[in-house]
Amino acid sequence: MNHMQSPDLALAEPARPKPAPFVSVRDLKVKFVSREATVQAVNGVSFDLARGEVLCVIGESGSGKSVMMRSLLRLHPKKRTVIDGTMLVGEDEITTLPEKRMTELRGSTISMIFQEPMTALDPLYTVGDQISETVMRHQKVGREAGMQRALELLELVRVPSPERRLKAYPHELSGGLRQRAMIAVALSCKPSLLLADEPTTALDASVQIQVLVLLRKLQRDLGMSMIFVTHDLGVAAQIADKVAVMYAGRMIEYGEARDVLMNPQHPYTRAMLSSTVKDQDKGKPLEAIAGTPPDLRALPDGCSFAPRCKYAVDTCRQAFPDPVADSRGHTARCIGVKPVGDLLHFEAPRGQPVAALA
Amino acid sequence: MTDLIDTPASPAPDPRDRGGPAQPMLIVENIKKYFPIRAGLLNKQVAEVKAVDDISFYVLKGETLGIVGESGCGKSTLARLLMYLIDKDEGHLILDGDTVGEKSGVGLDGLRRSLQMVFQDSYSSLNPRLPIEQSIAYGPRVQGAKPRQAKEQARALLDQVGLLPDRFGQRYPHELSGGQKQRVNIARALALDPRLLILDEAVSALDKSVEAQVLNLLGDLKQALNLTYIFISHDLHVVRFISDRVLVMYLGQVVEIGPVDKLYENPLHPYTQALLACRLSMDPDERVEAAPLAGDPPNPVNPPSGCRFHTRCPHAEEICMAKAPPLGDVLRADPQDHLAACHMVKPGSGHSKAPATLAELFNI
Repeated sequence: MNHMQSPDLALAEPARPKPAPFVSVRDLKVKFVSREATVQAVNGVSFDLARGEVLCVIGESGSGKSVMMRSLLRLHPKKRTVIDGTMLVGEDEITTLPEKRMTELRGSTISMIFQEPMTALDPLYTVGDQISETVMRHQKVGREAGMQRALELLELVRVPSPERRLKAYPHELSGGLRQRAMIAVALSCKPSLLLADEPTTALDASVQIQVLVLLRKLQRDLGMSMIFVTHDLGVAAQIADKVAVMYAGRMIEYGEARDVLMNPQHPYTRAMLSSTVKDQDKGKPLEAIAGTPPDLRALPDGCSFAPRCKYAVDTCRQAFPDPVADSRGHTARCIGVKPVGDLLHFEAPRGQPVAALA
Repeated sequence: MTDLIDTPASPAPDPRDRGGPAQPMLIVENIKKYFPIRAGLLNKQVAEVKAVDDISFYVLKGETLGIVGESGCGKSTLARLLMYLIDKDEGHLILDGDTVGEKSGVGLDGLRRSLQMVFQDSYSSLNPRLPIEQSIAYGPRVQGAKPRQAKEQARALLDQVGLLPDRFGQRYPHELSGGQKQRVNIARALALDPRLLILDEAVSALDKSVEAQVLNLLGDLKQALNLTYIFISHDLHVVRFISDRVLVMYLGQVVEIGPVDKLYENPLHPYTQALLACRLSMDPDERVEAAPLAGDPPNPVNPPSGCRFHTRCPHAEEICMAKAPPLGDVLRADPQDHLAACHMVKPGSGHSKAPATLAELFNI
């Protein structure tokens, strides 16, 4: 997976007999500019996504995962956002697309599911109205055909007694049903790319798993590509083909879900896994990561994780490490990670240790 | 506050102790809360939501009781009833041997001093117009402390929850991160030197790495201040890590209660079994193919007859629809006892999978 490396390297690579990726993001940078400060939310993200593939983006709040995804739909306020880099979805270059074509794309080719169905759905319209609106707008059909399609969609997302639910307002549905209704809206025009922003975080564990099983089935049946943002590693394990870990606006580890989750190499990914509560010994304190994520208004020089990393040495503060990949495409950005044989291997870097945060 | 830290934890008795070390910290006896639903021109009561329906349990001194269940099962209503934030319809609370709200017992101010709560939403539970130091000092001020003394105490508490008083004391809630705000909420809850803390989804809204920090802090504080916790959460991993005993709720009732290891290793109630199966593995090879629990919990206005779980239970039989399975006498049971309200674990209940004798059940 050399295309994770810097864009020049990827270009130097001879063309492979691999089908062209459906989504191709290169060196994406997103800045929010205001009078007080410039927030560097995304700092050079590159990845490819094939058709029918699921990429899970994992990170803490403020790691830039949602900002990165929303850029693909250009949902940021135009005047205050500076976007650099390229985002190719199918044939369309998102960064330079005219607004009119962008409007056509939103909800049809690219569609999105949000975390809070209660705020994403309009409380004044019935579920049926909201699904048929999208269908009528994009497929230029009448209201009756739109409603018919809405009914089919509610059946597709397994809403019990769909005829009745078509006439229901969002507040009349439970959290799980509301999320299913939003999935129905998102799927109404058969999108090729589905963006999901923490769609199961607000749900109960029992309902979360229902929605995950449903999303996985729909994604497979409809052959959609999907980018799924979450902070829950367990959710990622359930749904991802590829996993990317983001920290301070950069992808610091990327690879097959199994490689990243079961054999993590970057110290941040490792720390995140060991701080997640899961059958640890009860007497011992959890291995929490000290400190807080960096301020995106003033990023430290070098590796952004260095101030919290227990292995950090002076060289970590000099420059952000380049990606290192193994033959399977497992990539990490840390000076301690080197490919050994077919796999990546982390070894604590030698040098002057830097006082870590208390 | 400070002299408390110096007192060694058990076995030396806590000076605040009134009922002796074996007396449970809190006994909840047959507590009920039905919310009326009113409709029509005359605003008549047409139905009621049975949010908490006859719940009994006790919390021992120094233990952590975990409460789990899906949203809408009444966990948070129960927490608010314990705090007297809403009035109960029926039942009693006994705090360290004294009945709450009765002439001979402990009054509401006494209850609120001994019992404090940390809420899920760390931002909305702090006053946005007060610097956090003042937010923490507010409780002691109301209870009669001198301004200077209250401020000193607030600063000591900030230090204790890992926030430097000089750096953070004058900040407003919006200037803090989620984890820091939750630390402030914990400090505020500790300001009145409580015995029992109710943590209602206190770490659920935090990032995983911050969650671990706050869980460690809760563990340290419990040791240092000799606290008792009631920990409400829907995250079963976290409940397992922090709790000594666990109580499982479904539609306003307790369906299972027991020591954490027994309950997690050998869940007796099918609802608990399904909930535990909903935990996600970190291994992409261990994917869940079918959701262990279908649908949503039924409407608590009209709970199903008999066992309330029978509509979603894979083992439901006729007896389950006809008769509600008893949980057993929770208040007289030993803390090590593992009780479940299910016909399948009651010998001779009439369910085809019920054991003939209790011994058979625990031999399996």
